[in-house]
Amino acid sequence: MDWLTYLPSLAQGALVTAWITLASIAIGAALAFAAGIARVEGGRAVSTLALCYTEVFRGTSLLVQLFWLYYALPLVGLSFDPVTTGIVGLSLHVGAYGSEIVRGALSAVPVAQREAARALNFGRVHTLVRICLPQAIVEMMPAFGNLAIETLKLSSLVSLISIADLTFRAQSIRNITLDSATVYTLTLVGYFLMSLVLMLAMRLIERMVRRGAAFPRAAHA
Amino acid sequence: MNKVLAQQPDAASAAATPVIEFRGVTKRFGALTVLDDFNFAVAPGEKVTLIGPSGSGKSTVLRILMTLEPFQEGQLTLAGIPYHEPHGKGPFRASDRHLHQIRSHVGMVFQSFNLFPHMSVLRNVTEAPVAVLGLSRAEAECRAIDLLRMVGLADKKDHYPAQLSGGQQQRVAIARALAMRPRVLLFDEPTSALDPQLVGEVLGVIRNLASEHDLTMLLVTHEMRFAREVSDRVCFFDKGRIVEEGEPERIFTAPAEPRTREFLQSVLG
Repeated sequence: MDWLTYLPSLAQGALVTAWITLASIAIGAALAFAAGIARVEGGRAVSTLALCYTEVFRGTSLLVQLFWLYYALPLVGLSFDPVTTGIVGLSLHVGAYGSEIVRGALSAVPVAQREAARALNFGRVHTLVRICLPQAIVEMMPAFGNLAIETLKLSSLVSLISIADLTFRAQSIRNITLDSATVYTLTLVGYFLMSLVLMLAMRLIERMVRRGAAFPRAAHA
Repeated sequence: MNKVLAQQPDAASAAATPVIEFRGVTKRFGALTVLDDFNFAVAPGEKVTLIGPSGSGKSTVLRILMTLEPFQEGQLTLAGIPYHEPHGKGPFRASDRHLHQIRSHVGMVFQSFNLFPHMSVLRNVTEAPVAVLGLSRAEAECRAIDLLRMVGLADKKDHYPAQLSGGQQQRVAIARALAMRPRVLLFDEPTSALDPQLVGEVLGVIRNLASEHDLTMLLVTHEMRFAREVSDRVCFFDKGRIVEEGEPERIFTAPAEPRTREFLQSVLG
C-alpha cells in the first residue's frame, strides 16, 4: 500500500503544523486580550494604537504578511528562522481578529455593571479583572473556538515560506509520486483530525470558563 | 410614629451642618438642562424622598452624588468635601483619587439591582469590603452574614443572583451597599423593576433601615404611601428644580403648589 509509506513524512509535517498552530493561538490570544482591552479601556493614544494594529493586520493578506516578514524584514537586518517567522505572522493575524472578539464582548457587558462597580468604589483594574472580564470571557469563547480552527487552516500558508508543515510535506510527496488523490486526501483527513481535536479542546476550555465564571445562565429579568 | 422627625424639627436640621449640599448646580446633557441652578441640602441622618414626574431630574441628583454623572456648574459638597477640585481635570473636574474619597461616603441601590451575576450572594457582598476597604475575607464574611441576616437572606448566601427573585436580589443589593458602611445611601427607584407582590419585602427592609439607623437616606420612588411613611422630608421635583418641599404630612395632605397637587392627583388617583 503506497499510502502507508507517505504517513511518516506527513505525520512529521502534522507535528510542525500543530506546533505552529498552538503557539500562534497562545501568543495570538495574548495579543488579542492586550489589544481588545486597550480598545475599550485605554486612553485615546493607546486605543488608537490598538485600532491601527487590528485594522492593518485584518485588512492585509496573511500570505503577503508572511512574505513580508520572511523576505522583506531581513533587508532591514531582522531575520528569523522560518518557523519563528511563521508563528509571528500567524500570531499577529490571530491577535488582530481576536482583539475584535475581546472588544465586542467587553463592550457588551452592561453599563449597569460598571456603574455598580463604581458605586462600590472599585478601581479600574479591579472592575476590569473581577467584574467585566469574567462576564465577557464566557461570551468570547464560541468565537475564539472558531478562530482557533481558522488558525489551524491558515497555518498551511507557512508552507510557502519553506516551512515543512503538513501542506509542504504533501506537496513534496505529490511532486515525487504524482499520486495527487491519495496524498491530498490524506492531508485533508490530517487537517480534519487536528481540527477535531482542537474543537474538542476549545469545548473543554469553554466549559471550564463557564464553570469558573459559575453563573447559571437563567432567564434574566 | 416617626421618631427621627420628632427629635429633629425642620429648623434644627437646617441649622446642622448639612452632609449634602448642592449650591447652584447645573447639569446638562448636550442641549438639555436636567438640573437648573439647583439648591438642596440634606442634614446628617435625614431621610429625604424625591418625587416628581419622570425626567424631572430626581435620579440625576442621585447619579451626580454617586459620581456616575458629572455636572457643569455650581458647587456640591459631601461631608464638607467639594466634588470639584480647584484644578481638577476631565468631566468630573477631579482626580480619580479625589472621586474615590468622595465615593467612600456614599452607597447606591439601583433600580435594576445590578448584582454581579458571576458571583455568589456572599461574594457580591464581600467583594468590595475586601478589595476596597482591605478587610480580611473572614471579617468581610462576618459583616456580610450579619447584613444578609438583616435583610432576611442569610440562607441564600451561596446562591447566585439568577437563582433569586427580584425582591431578594434587591435586598442583597441593599446589603452589598451597606457592607461599605456609607454615611449616605441613595435609593434610585428601588422597587420600580419589581413585580407588585415583591415590592413589600424590599420596602420593609428600607423601612427598618430608616427607623433603626442614623444613615442619611435619599430615596427616589413612586411609592407615595411609603414615601409618606418613612421620610422626614419630601421634595417635589419638576423640570430640574424642587418646586415644593416639606414634611410628608403637609405635602401629601395640603400641597401649596398647583403642580404638586396635579402630580399627586395623577399618581394617587
